Amino acid sequence: MFFDLRLIIAFLFACYGAVLTALGATATTEADRLKTGGWNVNLWVGLVMLGFAAVMGLWAALRPIRPPEGEREDE
Amino acid sequence: MPRSAVRRARLAGGGAGGRLPWAATAHRGSHSTGVAMTPLAAIQLRLEAQPVDYALLALYFALVLGIGTMARRSVSASLDFFLAGRALPAWVTGLAFISANLGAVEIFGMTANGAQFGIPTVHYYWIGAIPAMVFLGLVMMPFYYGSKVRSVPEFLLRRFGRFAHLVNALSFALAQVLIAGVNLYALATVVNLLLGWPLWVSVLAAAAIVLAYTTLGGLSAAVYNEVLQFFVIVAMLVPITLVGLHRVGGWDGLAARVRALNADAELQLHSWPGTNLTGIENAALSVLGIVFGLGFVLSFGYWTTNFAEVQRALAAKDMSAARRTPLIGAYPKALIVLVIVIPGMLAAVLSPELAAYKASGGTLNNGVTYNNAIELLIRDLLPSGMLGVAITGLLAAFMAGMAANVSSFNTVFTYDIWQSYVVRDRVDHYYLRVGRIATVAGCAIAVGTAFIASHYNNIMDYLQTLFSFFNAPLFATFILGMFWRRTSPVAGGVGLLVGTAAAVTIDQLNRHHVLHMSGQGPSFVAASAAFVMDIAVSVPLSLATAPKPDSELGGLVWSLTPRVRAEKDAWYRSPGLLAIGVLALATALSIVYW
Repeated sequence: MFFDLRLIIAFLFACYGAVLTALGATATTEADRLKTGGWNVNLWVGLVMLGFAAVMGLWAALRPIRPPEGEREDE
Repeated sequence: MPRSAVRRARLAGGGAGGRLPWAATAHRGSHSTGVAMTPLAAIQLRLEAQPVDYALLALYFALVLGIGTMARRSVSASLDFFLAGRALPAWVTGLAFISANLGAVEIFGMTANGAQFGIPTVHYYWIGAIPAMVFLGLVMMPFYYGSKVRSVPEFLLRRFGRFAHLVNALSFALAQVLIAGVNLYALATVVNLLLGWPLWVSVLAAAAIVLAYTTLGGLSAAVYNEVLQFFVIVAMLVPITLVGLHRVGGWDGLAARVRALNADAELQLHSWPGTNLTGIENAALSVLGIVFGLGFVLSFGYWTTNFAEVQRALAAKDMSAARRTPLIGAYPKALIVLVIVIPGMLAAVLSPELAAYKASGGTLNNGVTYNNAIELLIRDLLPSGMLGVAITGLLAAFMAGMAANVSSFNTVFTYDIWQSYVVRDRVDHYYLRVGRIATVAGCAIAVGTAFIASHYNNIMDYLQTLFSFFNAPLFATFILGMFWRRTSPVAGGVGLLVGTAAAVTIDQLNRHHVLHMSGQGPSFVAASAAFVMDIAVSVPLSLATAPKPDSELGGLVWSLTPRVRAEKDAWYRSPGLLAIGVLALATALSIVYW
């Protein structure tokens, strides 16, 4: 495994989190509030996603992948 | 008629997977409800997806294809392609292990069960999955991983010889491509319903994406995408559950509404005795059916011998990681049922259409069925933004399901059919190329199957039932073969056939009304009969025929396999500890929802 899946997960959820947070903060309509019973689901889920992305990124940064011994270093 | 087909399809095979509820439902949607109903259903379920939702969807699939391209660079030998070079860390294989099972078919089927039966659906997880996953990790994985076999059929070849091997390899390979086709068709139906795209567009687009990343990156690409899909699915299910509970006033509000709407509310709010789920009126027999039929025979047969699952563990980087794969997967498996069953129950009280359907006892022809539960919730609860995440989650789940079928098919086809019986002793690169061609062919057959399924849905329903018969006796043969060295090759093959015949017999007797069982009953009893008959035939046959010499059984049989004491590892990596933890978790959850 020479690329880090954790960083891809972090990237995806950072993007999703940013979009949802922005939507939740700026573009919540009355119809949306009716659907969710007044709970700003985009905003909160967006924030949680940003947090999750940070955790994944941090994990990848603190415990980077070590290439196992004997692995080809060419490529 | 169609309704009984839906029920049978949904229930056949149990939480132990193999059931493809969507096939029969899609049939209802597009055929039996007729021309008049289809546009109505389409109007009801069409989502108001905005450009931002499509952008979220597009980003996901760009990443999926990117992963395929990156994984391509690590494929230089057939083992890289089919088993990810046996180099993946346990958390990746563990999440992929449940993700391969957590396809859209599972999500639709289990939310539907939640909507119809309520809490008893948890048995598919806490009884019907966790113990078997623990058993696989603790007891069986040392044989699979330690013997260095590359597939489950290959284990049968080494242990029992060619007869059992060929039966299993052929039935498995065939089942996987056909099921991939059903997945594809189901995806197209959902996309058609939710977004209005024509069926053939989604069939071809989805097949092209799956084909692209599985031919490029092989199993690593499939596994990485399964992990990504797992998180997106959670990001869909958890908010739906929270918003739904918020709207009804929490669990107490949900329970109050279930009580107000249902005469048998207490059965739906408690996991035991689950008589509504099993269709067995006697409470004691119902419990027995769940514990033995679902919890033991069906579940152990599926989780411990289905190569689409076991393959994920074989891709782990070492024995410890392989054993931890199902154990790590078991934790999210035990928890995720809460955000599957509760949404199902929420849909049945929040959606007026589904509530009306349920109040009619499932006879009302208003364009929705239990299988629409999750779609109704997505439509009614989620604003634009979360909507895009949810659509992505559903499509990702369908594709991951199909990729799991395709990536296990190409492995069994290449190693167990082509290399074992057709063209032997060629260089490794040759088999890598065969694997890629098999992947293309598998996807093509799946596309063909999807189009056939759109015309003859009942055929798919029967095929699926047929494959469940091949699965039923496998666990009995494996367990005998692993723990009784006397079990002979003849017994291995004949046991499988007799077990399958027993399951077919029970099914036919029930279909022709000689036996009278409804609901889950037939599949529990058929599987149990297969298990018992397999053992009853294999034991005397083994005593009467020549066993394999001990020298050929090392690593394949318990008593002839040296115990390897794991080298010192961190305490949290201990398989025993992980197993105790997840069993405690499942027990605690069971008590809470008793």
